[in-house]
Amino acid sequence: MSERIGVYVCHCGTNIAGRVDIDEVVEFAKGLDAVTLVREYKFMCSDPGQSLIQKDIEDGLINRVVVASCSPLMHEKTFRNVCTRGGLNEYLFTMANIREQCSWVHVDVERTTDKAKGLIEAAVRRTRLQEPLTKREVPINPRTLVIGGGIAGIQAALDLAEAGKKVVLVEKEPSIGGHMAKFDKTFPTLDCSACILTPKMVSVGQHENIELMSWSEVEDIGGYVGNFNVTVRKKTRYVDADLCNGCGACWEKCPGTRVPRKGNVHEKLSIGPTTSIYIPFMQAVPAIPVIDADTCIRFKNGKCGICAEVCERNAINYDMEDELIEFEVGSIIIATGFQTFDPTPIKRYGYGKLDNVLTAIEFEIMNCASGSTGGNIRMADGSEPKSIGIVHCVGSRDKHYHEYCSRVCCMYALKYSHLIKEKIDAEVYEFYIDLRCFGKGYEEFYDRLLGEDVRFVRGKVAEITEVPIEEAEKGKLVVEVEDTLVGKVRRIPLDMVVLCTGLEAHESLADIAGLCSVSIGKDGFIIEKHPKLGPVATTTDGVFIAGACQSPKDIPDTVAQASAASSAVLSMITREKIEIESATASVDEDKCSGCKICNSLCPYLAIKYDEEKGVSVVNEALCKGCGTCAAGCPSNAISAKHFEDRQIFAEIEGILSA
Amino acid sequence: MKYTYYPGCSVKSTANLYQESIDAVVPAMGVELEELDDWNCCGATAYMSVNEMMSFAISARNLAMAEKFHRDVVTPCSACYLVLNKTNRYFNDYPEVRKKLGVALEAGGLSYSGNIRVRHILDVIINDVGLEKITGLASRKLEDLNVAPYYGCQIVRPMYYGFGAGEENEEGFDDPDDPVCMDRLIEATGATCVKYSMKTKCCGSSLIGTEEKQALKLCRGILADAENNGAHCIVTICPLCQMNLDVYQPKVNSLFGTKFDIPVIYFTQLIGLAMGKQPKELGLERLAVKMTRPMKQILQGA
Repeated sequence: MSERIGVYVCHCGTNIAGRVDIDEVVEFAKGLDAVTLVREYKFMCSDPGQSLIQKDIEDGLINRVVVASCSPLMHEKTFRNVCTRGGLNEYLFTMANIREQCSWVHVDVERTTDKAKGLIEAAVRRTRLQEPLTKREVPINPRTLVIGGGIAGIQAALDLAEAGKKVVLVEKEPSIGGHMAKFDKTFPTLDCSACILTPKMVSVGQHENIELMSWSEVEDIGGYVGNFNVTVRKKTRYVDADLCNGCGACWEKCPGTRVPRKGNVHEKLSIGPTTSIYIPFMQAVPAIPVIDADTCIRFKNGKCGICAEVCERNAINYDMEDELIEFEVGSIIIATGFQTFDPTPIKRYGYGKLDNVLTAIEFEIMNCASGSTGGNIRMADGSEPKSIGIVHCVGSRDKHYHEYCSRVCCMYALKYSHLIKEKIDAEVYEFYIDLRCFGKGYEEFYDRLLGEDVRFVRGKVAEITEVPIEEAEKGKLVVEVEDTLVGKVRRIPLDMVVLCTGLEAHESLADIAGLCSVSIGKDGFIIEKHPKLGPVATTTDGVFIAGACQSPKDIPDTVAQASAASSAVLSMITREKIEIESATASVDEDKCSGCKICNSLCPYLAIKYDEEKGVSVVNEALCKGCGTCAAGCPSNAISAKHFEDRQIFAEIEGILSA
Repeated sequence: MKYTYYPGCSVKSTANLYQESIDAVVPAMGVELEELDDWNCCGATAYMSVNEMMSFAISARNLAMAEKFHRDVVTPCSACYLVLNKTNRYFNDYPEVRKKLGVALEAGGLSYSGNIRVRHILDVIINDVGLEKITGLASRKLEDLNVAPYYGCQIVRPMYYGFGAGEENEEGFDDPDDPVCMDRLIEATGATCVKYSMKTKCCGSSLIGTEEKQALKLCRGILADAENNGAHCIVTICPLCQMNLDVYQPKVNSLFGTKFDIPVIYFTQLIGLAMGKQPKELGLERLAVKMTRPMKQILQGA
């Protein structure tokens, strides 16, 4: 049967037609070898557009399809389905991307049209050589791994567990709760953070469907959608979790300390016990302490042992070691959250050098009723500040650090103003660039603050200095700022300054992303499958994201995304089976020399060496068709189905000859 | 180490004491400065704000003439350093600027490919000569001399983010907010470096000619912070900074009722003193604020 290729050129409204001369492209395509039919349509992805293709296949006019439209990431699936519905093997279809790689990125119509022709000829030449492949189905393991036990991970785990599905929740800290557990109040409703969070934490700890692994980190992830193999390192607590009942005798008696004894009020900021054996905060889940080996006297000089003496259940074990635990899951939700920006590099703000310049998270802990100051706002020397400056956009909206807006800072800054006014009625200045109060009830909260005698100064703070010029500045922190509404540079003497440090991707996120084979954007956060329509999925099937690992988010948005991620997982689990890529690699046993190079190259551990035959063999269930082995094979013995050398070369020739 | 030397107008006139001290100290460091023949004024920062393209053009003339020697261009003046580097960067980053400058240079029988690196003499002494060499040359005991390093605003800040010529030195040679290279240099001479906050604050620059009071106010802040932190003298790297803080110091005193008496010297003068040279060889007798008695005593080892 000779190849009869149908080429379908999409206008995509004016997205493509505005830059590419469609008529010229159509005429060009008609002249290509094996092309029997060329059609153009305003939106190929629309129902009528799809029907055009389906009908042509059904009428026997064509037996291969090229659609010249957008990125395969957008609509490859759509058109593959069209082929299947028409009775054509979907691997006889190719997509030529003349939008993202052509009309959207070039200006000159003539040259853009030429490029579109090249891309179409490449697709046509490739399609002639493509072969039908059979789809494979694999069962889905209904268990899910949730990485990160902040509010995002907690919500996702609870949703799945409530639906009757098993979840493994891995948290690297001794307790779940994440950042939210450190907050006193949440904006804009000012409800108590712990009061709304702890019931959820307790549910996680008690839920029969949730296996909680705290003080643990994911070491390795292998496998593929529906069938991931996970290795988790359970870090040693030096406390036997099965024996410990969380009575607290150990941390009450521990003579070691994780917090500097001689530090000032700000250096000693903490929540929860400050001892070497500790739980991070009193509502910790699980309420099983951890020994901090860096500060524990026993680990330093072997001389202590008080915690073991006072423990009535003999749960303390100084010889405990890390454990590696392996298990299987079907899907993964990454919910690793964020870390706050470290303002030390912005030297003109004096953080770390000037007393009474604090980060937001430090101020948050200071306000926390269970923190070291008992929720009282204090200067480093313990006295009450009479004036406080709040500096917005520290590390955010700044091309030297993070270009993006961290989204939450304006609102928590307003919350701080309110708390300061409520607690000590100090003078408060907010130094802002723009106030972004975009959420439900947020603008109303700002409006309320306008009536609470807070001074709003629009301007990016240039410097915080302790060097006085005027008499009134002596002994104060001076904030130098251009008040852009007045049009003047102002110097404002204050007792204390809070830096609204932005949110950034957690330093471990790149490693986690690497383990899950998902990509990191230039802002450091995980790239979602589609910025608008696929916000919880990733480009790796079976791996989903929730919360601030995708972008800075507040609590409501995080919770919403976590529930969305769990529902995406549920819909996958409920199907029980999933189709996986047919484009796998295969080894030509006659050519294989048995050098085993491919064995170590394969990122999915899908290639094994067959001792008997003396050749390498691909396990098709594990192979993702990435092609690394095919490229690496020195004997040219491996070919990747759907990406064979002759197909790729035909594609290159097509681009070059147009 | 041979460099093409672009002195700039200041060191040839008002700041000739800077030139004298450079001449006195660089040979011992193995640095040879060959003055660029027929160089012209860079236009300084003032011209740039009046007619940018013209200012690029006159600076580019210097760069074009220097290119045939295939050596780094070295200047002792922060304004020259800034303007020449900015010209270089615009020449390399903006095709339309490159085009226009090409036409202008051609009219003068010149051409430029954009491959000259312009460096401040402080950068050369710290990074090419090295602090160990400075310590090796230091013979006079200066540890009782408290020296406040004054960097000014031009040397590290505007050019921090890239020289433009694709050099490995993309990030400039020091931190824009908290430079420390001169602190290290002062320590290398054996003197004691004074820590103070105003080391990169603007001295008022050419405002001294137009808005004198504003400029004097800025000078006051720098002098006060240095004095409060126990400085015997301030060390600068820029002719204009030196002039503002030195020559206008009496005016600061009369305007604000202060009693500053702080000599403001060039870093090359400090190196010369450390090397055991006499103040006269280094042009130190030409300071407006003369060396104070404590300072002289320290220099005499008393």
